[in-house]
Amino acid sequence: MVKWSRFNIASIVFGFAFLYLPIVLLVIFSFNESKLVTVWAGFSTKWYVQLLHNQALLDAAWVTVRVGLISATVATVLGTLAALAMTRYTRFRGRMLFSGMIYAPLVMPEVITGLSMLLLFVAIGLDRGFWTLTLAHITFTMCFVAVVVQSRLLSFDRSIEEAAMDLGATPVATFLQVTLPVIAPAVFSGWVLAFTLSLDDLVISNFTSGPGATTLPMKIYSQVRLGVTPEINAVCTILIGIVAMGVLIASVVSRRREIQRVRDEQAAFAL
Amino acid sequence: MKSLGSIRRSFAPWADPTAVPFIAVKNVTKKFGDFVAVDNLSLNIYPREFFALLGASGCGKSTLLRMLAGFEQPTSGEIVLDGQSLAGIPPYRRPVNMMFQSYALFPHMTVENNIAFGLKQDGMPKPQIAERVDQMLKLVKLDKFAKRKPHQLSGGQRQRVALARSLAKRPKVLLLDEPLGALDKKLREETQFELMDLQQQLGLTFVVVTHDQEEAMTMADRIAVMAHGKVIQVATPPEIYEAPNSRFVADFIGDVNIFDGTVSSAGPGTVEIATQTGFTVRVASSDAPAVGAKIGLAIRPEKIRVSRDEPACAPLNAAQGEIWDIGYLGDMTIFHVRLKDGKVIKASSLNAVRAVEDPLGYDQQVWISFDENAGVVLKD
Ligand SMILES: Nc1ncnc2c1ncn2[C@@H]1O[C@H](COP(=O)(O)OP(=O)(O)OP(=O)(O)O)[C@@H](O)[C@H]1O
Ligand SMILES: [Mg+2]
Repeated sequence: MVKWSRFNIASIVFGFAFLYLPIVLLVIFSFNESKLVTVWAGFSTKWYVQLLHNQALLDAAWVTVRVGLISATVATVLGTLAALAMTRYTRFRGRMLFSGMIYAPLVMPEVITGLSMLLLFVAIGLDRGFWTLTLAHITFTMCFVAVVVQSRLLSFDRSIEEAAMDLGATPVATFLQVTLPVIAPAVFSGWVLAFTLSLDDLVISNFTSGPGATTLPMKIYSQVRLGVTPEINAVCTILIGIVAMGVLIASVVSRRREIQRVRDEQAAFAL
Repeated sequence: MKSLGSIRRSFAPWADPTAVPFIAVKNVTKKFGDFVAVDNLSLNIYPREFFALLGASGCGKSTLLRMLAGFEQPTSGEIVLDGQSLAGIPPYRRPVNMMFQSYALFPHMTVENNIAFGLKQDGMPKPQIAERVDQMLKLVKLDKFAKRKPHQLSGGQRQRVALARSLAKRPKVLLLDEPLGALDKKLREETQFELMDLQQQLGLTFVVVTHDQEEAMTMADRIAVMAHGKVIQVATPPEIYEAPNSRFVADFIGDVNIFDGTVSSAGPGTVEIATQTGFTVRVASSDAPAVGAKIGLAIRPEKIRVSRDEPACAPLNAAQGEIWDIGYLGDMTIFHVRLKDGKVIKASSLNAVRAVEDPLGYDQQVWISFDENAGVVLKD
């Protein structure tokens, strides 16, 4: 065990402070009695109550969730298929180019992605709104899913697929009964990643949404320009809570599975 | 049931010209890019035969098996199974099952479900599946492990699951790629005999890949020795051992001494060879090579006698040398005898008599000798 030196402690404290102080402040001030964000005037939950009556904010939240669910699901399907194509058909012409193109959107500035999609929608005369927003989210989250699933597929032992076919499973049955269950954890993390990316996207959403399809980040951003209200702090605190819960559940589930596996292994050797 | 031995003794469809092969591999070539993995290979395998493919690592055994299973397409040539060409038939429509070199068990399924997988694909009714799975589990002695996942099993247990899974569908042909590689010697020998029993009981055709020659000799009706994508010889285990058709086969299977020489005279049924070592050999040979031909003479160590006194047949089939090395194995002793020209030959003798009073020792001058029918003439 390494001894805790002062230097170590200091770097940990500063590091975490740097990361979390803003968030902690935000959470604290969401419980502020006063309307002035920076002046503490006692504990209160009234901003949370008020939230429930802010129809515009609730609408935005609902849009965000719907866009997130639909786009993450579609992006997961498309991204998984893309990853399969990239890892399976290794011998077609221009493969390098294609796999490079899958990664490109990851590093593309969002402004450019957003702008180009806006131009596309205008060019084909699509009215901007909920569906253009969803389409845009599918597009930019898909490549993240593809990357996550692809890295899993690279370590996938293809002989189990051959074994399945050898035992009479058609390619479709093989995919559904063998490939998909084995890569399911990666597909699921791809989905979670896509969902969270969609949840907090601001730039691309700004370019591609239209009237009646305002997402929560857009709403928050536009309100903040008129001044930070404790109400906004409350919304953000709830968002933080949801994300933290998600992370917690995911890690508990995987930890459980790990413990279960170790226990099974011990049982196997005990016999 | 008839005893195994009697069935085996009378089983020789390859010798019957009217027998129809079950699997016919016809001039099959498989290339990976420029690399030729299987080279214009032809083979006939008969119904209920236990056929072994034997060869060094990388000689194309797995590739041939994978073409039979349908995972690789021949670059040229064709494979016929039970009278039907397999060209273009995908793996899932072939009446062939394979046990993989890497086992390839489904990691997310229990042992039970692994074995049931193929039966489910066929739409077999549930009670029947359960019955068959039970039967297979008993067969490979894994009934206690039905609910385990593959990662909870030892290597040998996994291998047995793989075997059970490939047998569950009762395929007409079972392809086994190194089926016993992960087992320790004892379990391996046991399983060899179990496999043979199983094959007899179920009346299946087995094609087994192995690079363990002892395993091939024990289990197979016939062995194909492969090298560099080609079949060098196909024959029964005794034929392969006693009458190898080439230096490669003679050297590959068991221990052998090879004397190079020139044919000095050829009589009816025998040839005389002047060996480079300097002595003359007379051996039985049905098709006599021409006088002056350069040939090799292969003699197995157990067919060479080592004696202190000059043998009666000398100077034919005998040479003088000194004992160079002795390996005492208990049941037998292996002598390395150095001949006059420096060539070291191997001879083994059974220790049929207990502790000889005056055993042969290091550096002793001895004679080696052998019978006229002990050697095999190799023309290559
Ligand atoms: N998909 C492939 N692409 C390129 N070369 C291949 C491929 N599969 C096999 N080979 C080559 O073909 C040759 C024969 O391979 P194969 O797997 O049939 O050998 P093997 O006889 O089964 O050997 P082992 O006893 O080690 O299993 C090897 O040199 C191998 O490198
Ligand atoms: Mg192999």
